[in-house]
Amino acid sequence: MSHLPEGMPRPLADELTEPFWEAAREERLLVQRCRACGAWQWGPEWCCHACRSFDVGWAEVPRQEGRYKGRIYSWERNYHPVHPALRGRDPYIVVLVELPEAGGVRMVGNLLGDPMQKVRIGAEVEAVFEHHEEAEPPYTLVQWQCI
Amino acid sequence: MGEFTIRGRVAVAGVGETTYWKHSRSPHAEFKLALMAILAAAEDAGIDPAEIDGFASYSNDRNDPSRIAAALGCRELAFSNMQWGGGGGGGSAAIANAAAAIACGYARCVVVFRALAQGQFQRFGQAAAGGAAAGHDAFTVPYGVMSPAQKYAMRYQRFAHEHGIERPALRAISMASYHHAQQNPRAVMYGRPLTEEDYDASRWIAEPFRLFDCCQENDGAAAILLVAAERARDLPHKPCYLLGAAAGSEYRNGAPVHNAPLYGTSSFTTVAPRAFAMAGIEAADVDVAQSYENFTGGVLMSLVEHGFFAADEANDFLTLDNLRADGGKLPLNTSGGNLAECYMHGLELNIEAVRQIRGQSPNQVEGAEISVVGSGPMVTPVSSSVFGAEAAL
Repeated sequence: MSHLPEGMPRPLADELTEPFWEAAREERLLVQRCRACGAWQWGPEWCCHACRSFDVGWAEVPRQEGRYKGRIYSWERNYHPVHPALRGRDPYIVVLVELPEAGGVRMVGNLLGDPMQKVRIGAEVEAVFEHHEEAEPPYTLVQWQCI
Repeated sequence: MGEFTIRGRVAVAGVGETTYWKHSRSPHAEFKLALMAILAAAEDAGIDPAEIDGFASYSNDRNDPSRIAAALGCRELAFSNMQWGGGGGGGSAAIANAAAAIACGYARCVVVFRALAQGQFQRFGQAAAGGAAAGHDAFTVPYGVMSPAQKYAMRYQRFAHEHGIERPALRAISMASYHHAQQNPRAVMYGRPLTEEDYDASRWIAEPFRLFDCCQENDGAAAILLVAAERARDLPHKPCYLLGAAAGSEYRNGAPVHNAPLYGTSSFTTVAPRAFAMAGIEAADVDVAQSYENFTGGVLMSLVEHGFFAADEANDFLTLDNLRADGGKLPLNTSGGNLAECYMHGLELNIEAVRQIRGQSPNQVEGAEISVVGSGPMVTPVSSSVFGAEAAL
């Protein structure tokens, strides 16, 4: 079941971002990592921001105890429904999650659970893969929940 | 100050505004609004509109300078310029670009303009139904990060966390704009004062931002006509000189998916010091400030990054008393700003900065000689402009 209502915009993969979306289908979390200098990078770019190499590869975020863990770097609780699918629905929390195991890159997702829960910057969270099997083609979002 | 500067070389000849309306309420087409504001600026300057030979705008303004020049019968088009970036980040940059064109001899009489008619076109704060998110948007939009408030709330939340900033600091910024709008009959919120209780009771939009932390959306147009400083001295108004300007953002501010290394920033940490250095001023020299309110949190960070107070002093400094035109330490948004005068993407803030130097503000700061505008916090690029009276040269 998806955290936000059905009818939200779906993610479109493209040449640059496809490896991330394909891996998410298999519940693997990938980000870019430069093959030349080892720098981590997110979101995807055509070249490495540190050494400018175009040989930017993908690496799995190292798991801890089998889980992808991160820390809440910032957050917001959205009330005003700017998209028609959100009208009449509860507020929802967006978190910016820092991944210490992947060079500190940050990802955006929803914080699962009670939309009115108290959110603490620095709190540990783990990735949850949210599969949208009914979509054509199916896709998977990466959500977060407190540990 | 570097070898190259526009300090004192260009001045504002005239300013013009249409009536300001709530969004979608303009009875005029957007292109007509642009023409009206530009003609008003030319009239204010006492300059024949046929003499306008340059145009500068920002935020992908839809009104093409070639068409405007044709519509107004301008004798020649010598400069047409668009500053990259959305929101109001280009408000001061467009003035900087226009001034550079004059200082370098590309054009002689350049108008900076911005026109908005959202009834004719789409609104900013609403997304289209259904759909898909491509590229980097695919990593944010499906999670419900779509509107400007949602894109920028987390920047301020991080900054507030790092510096222990409390809600009354944001409230004071909102109160200052509404307070000043009550003396400004042009303001859309004229006659609609805001109390602390109103603010505290207002609904959340994107926590940490409440309704009164967010700008309006409006229809209208604004224009500022620039000429060489020598020429401005022969025109009807007291000259208002451009002392300095800068645009841009910090190292990798534009890194995708909220990955800017310095995240809790309004993007002014390098821009404001460059503008002040060119102007040859320090924050303490500034008599009056206009700071673009997309959201009050952006104003707060922008004021810190312009050096008006330290982040850790924000809770104490940001009170209505300190921000009032009549006796405040830092008179702020003295026409009512984006929150309460009009959201003309901050060009109205630059016009108010000019009025303060001319002595024509509805909330005049007595003896104002240096006024500053910070345009479009948290976006990239942002921009700052510093205006001064003859005495400030």
